Amino acid sequence: MKAKVRKIVTFVEETHNEMGKVVTPPTKRAAAAAVIENPFAERYVDDLTELTEIGEELGELLAKRAVAALGIAGPSVESYGKAAAVGENGELEHAAAILHPKLGAPVRKVLGKGAALIPSSKKRGGLGVPLDIPLGHKDAAFVRSHFDGMEIRVNDAPRANEILVAVAVTDSGRPLPRIGGLTKDQIKGEDGLR
Amino acid sequence: MHEVRIRKRVVIVEEIFHEGGPAAATPQRRAAALTVIHNPFAGKFVPEIAGFMEDLNPLGLEMAKSLVTALGGDLKVVEGYGKGAIVGPAGELEHGALWHVPGGYAMREVLGGAKAIVPSTKKVGGPGTRLDVPVTHINASYVRSHFDSMEIGISDAPRAEEIVVALVMTTGPRVHARVGGLKASEIKSEDGLR
Repeated sequence: MKAKVRKIVTFVEETHNEMGKVVTPPTKRAAAAAVIENPFAERYVDDLTELTEIGEELGELLAKRAVAALGIAGPSVESYGKAAAVGENGELEHAAAILHPKLGAPVRKVLGKGAALIPSSKKRGGLGVPLDIPLGHKDAAFVRSHFDGMEIRVNDAPRANEILVAVAVTDSGRPLPRIGGLTKDQIKGEDGLR
Repeated sequence: MHEVRIRKRVVIVEEIFHEGGPAAATPQRRAAALTVIHNPFAGKFVPEIAGFMEDLNPLGLEMAKSLVTALGGDLKVVEGYGKGAIVGPAGELEHGALWHVPGGYAMREVLGGAKAIVPSTKKVGGPGTRLDVPVTHINASYVRSHFDSMEIGISDAPRAEEIVVALVMTTGPRVHARVGGLKASEIKSEDGLR
């Protein structure tokens, strides 16, 4: 692997009850996060190719870990998202290099499909900084019931010269969606939007 | 008898490859199972609460089993454990103490004869409160390489009338353990201490 991985953490959340209403079946979401060394910490480097290649590796690794943690087949995943937190000696563009050019394709391969943009967020921060990973339906970004987010954090990361990179997947939307909009049974799935 | 009302379950697995030193031959893993339950005693002082411990036994067993599953299903890999609770603001610390017996019982039952006391911690706090769950060796509390801890927490729990109960299992020593003391290979395993 190109990435120097210090740690991998997976998170699974199941919501069984919300405001006294039973959620059947429980909604589930999972995230896998890797803590890697930032090869460009403490200096300005123009060419970020190494990080885009690391992004490609992590796309496959983290998507597989997250789907395994969720306990369903890749194609059954309903929504997804990605995010990165760069330690204080790195720049936001390092997160962008990991997340945007090449991370998506291997994620979609693990899921079988994924016509929609993978929603993302990024930040710079210290150890234990929370990462709010935005979530959207994998085949149609406008499915309103699946606009969601998952907070994760790793208490000892990112150190100054590290980057925390995460991919999240779900088997569902929010626990009790009721604000209308496009529903998942109306997806055409052609343009990734509707 | 009080019903154990579950709102949410969370499972977190950390896999630690190194912490700046040489990568471990077998990465250390730590897993935490968290369950957000309704606090049946919230908002008032209830003198008799001890009966709830028995009500929690089945939940403890389920959580302990889910940890073994999260670590790959083989009981033999589990070397350390710990437990904890976060009581929402409408409850009292004593409600967190209700987790001592069922949490400990569940881990010993599932691991089959672990001898050491299960170290624990608890606090009262709001949503997103973090808890450092202490961890020690399952058969001998004094094994220095296994003095460890895992930080856990859930962004939206505990709400005022909830309790987060937690169990943690780990698969080995700290990744670069080197401060001497009793070793796992020297355990006599009679008293649960050495």
